[in-house]
Amino acid sequence: MSAALFIQGLKKTYANQLEALKGINLRVEQGDFFALLGSNGAGKTTVIGIICGLLNKTSGNIEVLGFNQNSHANQVKKLIGLMPQEFNFNPFEPIEEILINQAGYYGIAKSKARIQAELLLKEVGLWDKRFDIAKSLSGGMKRRLMLARALIHQPKILILDEPTAGVDIEIRRSMWHFLGKLNRQGMTIILTTHYLEEAESLCRNIAILNKGEVIKQTSMKALLSQVDQQVLILESSTKLPQTIVTDNFKCERLDDYSLQVTLGSDVNITNVLQNLSVQGVSVEHVRSTQNRLETLFLCLTNKEI
Amino acid sequence: MWIAYKTIVVKEILRFSRIWVRTVFPPIITTSLYLLIFGGLMGERIGDMQGVDYLHYIIPGVILMTIITNSYASTVASFFLAKFNHSVEELLVAPVPYWIILLGYVSGGVARGFAVGLGVFIAVWFFIDFKIDNIFIILITFLLTSILFSLAGFINAIFAQSFDDISIVPTFILMPMTYLGGMFYSVEILPQFWQDISKFNPIYYMVDSFRLGFLGVSTSEFWVSILVLLSMITILAIFAFYLLKKGVNIKT
Repeated sequence: MSAALFIQGLKKTYANQLEALKGINLRVEQGDFFALLGSNGAGKTTVIGIICGLLNKTSGNIEVLGFNQNSHANQVKKLIGLMPQEFNFNPFEPIEEILINQAGYYGIAKSKARIQAELLLKEVGLWDKRFDIAKSLSGGMKRRLMLARALIHQPKILILDEPTAGVDIEIRRSMWHFLGKLNRQGMTIILTTHYLEEAESLCRNIAILNKGEVIKQTSMKALLSQVDQQVLILESSTKLPQTIVTDNFKCERLDDYSLQVTLGSDVNITNVLQNLSVQGVSVEHVRSTQNRLETLFLCLTNKEI
Repeated sequence: MWIAYKTIVVKEILRFSRIWVRTVFPPIITTSLYLLIFGGLMGERIGDMQGVDYLHYIIPGVILMTIITNSYASTVASFFLAKFNHSVEELLVAPVPYWIILLGYVSGGVARGFAVGLGVFIAVWFFIDFKIDNIFIILITFLLTSILFSLAGFINAIFAQSFDDISIVPTFILMPMTYLGGMFYSVEILPQFWQDISKFNPIYYMVDSFRLGFLGVSTSEFWVSILVLLSMITILAIFAFYLLKKGVNIKT
């Protein structure tokens, strides 16, 4: 079975000689929920721009469901739906018209487009606003409009560039739910995000881009198993003793009732709690200070934790 | 492809129709003022031009000027704004051939040129009694002129980086060419040297053909005018297609 997306030796050098992509290779299987992570300027949006035909590549090869982009550009475009990072619609157009026009560009007749637009606008909660101009929508609504627009031609692959940036937690959760539903229905989803919690909870496979190169491509599970330490905050119901002795984990007192403990992958949390209990620390709450993926991401991209 | 083309054209027509007070109405007022001042008040002192009284003589030129400026303004404003607010990406991600994008925008420019030209024509016809010599020559000249300047506007929009850039060409190139192309006079009244220079101005041929259609008088052969217009359309269409396909200032 051909890959949903296959990228080989993709390079992009901008006119100002900035080498945004240094020959990346990437493979996304059909039906995958794939995270493409990287810090600002890593090249994520450039990759997406080239896949979707918004940017010219310098060299390299891209195949989408077996169709080569060089020889079947229009076929490739039909298979992909893009929700970009920046708002890219005419702010003075009514939102239903934006969807119907987009469908028109894909060759979908107005009568069919109207039905599909109604379905999608209801799904993203914008049906009541269908006659409003896009400018009048809130930031979160504009993002949902772009999601509906990306789906208007029923693509096989959905590419989301920072889909939940600036969206409140309630809407974010409902978008996650909707994206999960689309993925379960068979749609391949490729996601870039700064919310690493989002990538961790939604995606099965992941690639990390750094300075125009793929520095890691693996499954989310395999990646997370590489996390060799985690930092926990332990809150005690009683005042902490003056001295706490630890052997195989680091412990730092935050205040009279809180401790920060750093555990290696070989340390069992039950043993830690028992150790503390013996010393008179009665742990009432445990919480993690960092997202596991965030820790790894910072390690891999050589950023400070 | 047909649906994509229709979508672009309808979108363009809706765009200028929704703001008709700013797009269609002002040229009618401007043209009426031109005719009142240059034709009505000053025309009697100027006398005849190529055997036609001055008021009637300038009607074709004034109508053509509105067609030129509006066809140009339509594509340059629309495509530049699509670049500016990134909505051009809606077209670029979709399987729309570049020539359809170009044809769609140019058709939108022709539609606005036609709407404004017709509006001005009706306004003029309402106030001034005149007859048409050959409607087919008028329609052919209108169509070719409108296509040519829609293409020019599209190219200007591709190169434009700011709002200032979309007003430079109309102000410093289009307007002088329009006024020096025999819009308000016959080039026959110019010294020979300037008559020869005028022959390099494409607007001269458009005005001359339009005047032939309205009044039945001209200073050049109709087929020469058509050949000049078709040649220029071909050159600009190839250039615009090349820029669009290469993604100059759009995909780079």
